[in-house]
Amino acid sequence: MLEILANSLPQLAEGLKTTIGLTVLSLILGTILGIFLAVIRIYGKFPLPYLIIFYERVFRGIPLIVIFFLFYFGLSLQIGLNIDPFTAAIFGLGLRGAAYQAQIFRSAINSIPEGQMVAARSLGMSKLSAIRNIILPQMLRLSVPGWSNEFTIVLKDTSIAFSIGVIELMRQGRYIYVNNPDYVLPVFLFIALIYFIMVISANKTLSYLEKKYKMSGFEIGVER
Amino acid sequence: MHMLEVKDIHKSYGDLEVLKGISFSMNKGETAVIIGTSGTGKSTLLRCINQLHPPDKGEIWLDGVNITDPKIDINKIRQKIGFVFQEFNLFNHLTALRNVSIGLEKVKGFTKEKAEKKAIEELKRVGLKDQAKQYPAQLSGGQKQRVGIARALAMDPTIILFDEPTSALDPELIGDVLDVMKSLAHKVAMLVVTHEMGFARNVADEIIFMEGGVIVESGPPKQMFQNPKKARTKEFLGRISTLYGKD
Ligand SMILES: Nc1ncnc2c1ncn2[C@@H]1O[C@H](COP(=O)(O)OP(=O)(O)O)[C@@H](O)[C@H]1O
Ligand SMILES: [Mg+2]
Repeated sequence: MLEILANSLPQLAEGLKTTIGLTVLSLILGTILGIFLAVIRIYGKFPLPYLIIFYERVFRGIPLIVIFFLFYFGLSLQIGLNIDPFTAAIFGLGLRGAAYQAQIFRSAINSIPEGQMVAARSLGMSKLSAIRNIILPQMLRLSVPGWSNEFTIVLKDTSIAFSIGVIELMRQGRYIYVNNPDYVLPVFLFIALIYFIMVISANKTLSYLEKKYKMSGFEIGVER
Repeated sequence: MHMLEVKDIHKSYGDLEVLKGISFSMNKGETAVIIGTSGTGKSTLLRCINQLHPPDKGEIWLDGVNITDPKIDINKIRQKIGFVFQEFNLFNHLTALRNVSIGLEKVKGFTKEKAEKKAIEELKRVGLKDQAKQYPAQLSGGQKQRVGIARALAMDPTIILFDEPTSALDPELIGDVLDVMKSLAHKVAMLVVTHEMGFARNVADEIIFMEGGVIVESGPPKQMFQNPKKARTKEFLGRISTLYGKD
């Protein structure tokens, strides 16, 4: 059994690479888009905030596998846009992630005291400059816990890209047990272990970063 | 020509008319103190002056420019009007130094080095050079407020508006802040909402008594304390002086 696992390591490593690629790229897309959505939802002019509420509702209201199928089978196969499964998965995860991340960033912005914006504007900063220089840096620091939760969700949900044929960790696992049907259990236990280790180490790293970059003494309201 | 002219300012929030025609003027380098009961519209008046909440009616002229003109670039004007808040409103994610330098850098376009050099000077001025690298949450209330003053000063404003700058401070910390403000008298114009009667008496060139959205009476401290024209002024000053001390 160990032999089978050992022999399949290169294959699993391939899958792992794809899984990590999917995670990183879709998180980048989700984070950047999520920040824009949050900022526009709070500071944007009518009707933009309503469009964003609509966007969030839609992407949070549909199962990921349906989003994947829409993007890949729908857009690629039916409409004929030339999208490969990997790209479809990035957009699916990224656009859905943006809807969740927008919420994380929005509640971070809402927890920033109003006086921060007022003080920035009083110095003569434009609204845009105040958002960029005062609001966003505080928002990012306040978002780390929520963001790190989102990170692990995305990492785990890359496995659903299996369903549209992305050859990631799960799919590699399937290749292995198809050839060795007696070893379904150990193969997937091993894969479960890989996910588990990645999630735990990501959480640990992020909570370390959270402590390190915590706004020095941002404990609002602590008077000395 | 006066440096600041406030002409018949009206301001309502919904159905509530807060300012019902406020007019006064200030000369260059003058210190004026606004007093009045809470809810009378003092903060609203300050926010109208720097256009955080633009007035509904009336005009405000600063250095011969009508700053209530909707065509004016308000971000340019606000550089000339410092604002010091009761709740300090320091930027929580920035050190004392960066709190002071960021306006110079992002608004006035200074290089980072030049901005920080000037920021150090301003921190020296308020006695906080050694706290330059500390974050707001690591400072005492009095130190925070002095950083707030340094932040306003750094922009070289023609006037600084103070909205109850010592009201959130423990009594033993108030003195340091008032001393800094006193040291600014005649160097920069100050319009100060405060209950500190000692400061009003000793530093102000003019005291403005507001009530119910209008100015009841204004004049030099001596006249206001010794010979108020209105009975209401006398009553208010008497009450507040016993509360906050005569000097
Ligand atoms: N942003 C606002 N929206 C609605 N009402 C306000 C707002 N700001 C102040 N007010 C009201 O205006 C009145 C005057 O407030 P304010 O100017 O803060 O008084 P003061 O500073 O003299 O205590 C109060 O009744 C207050 O509730
Ligand atoms: Mg007030």
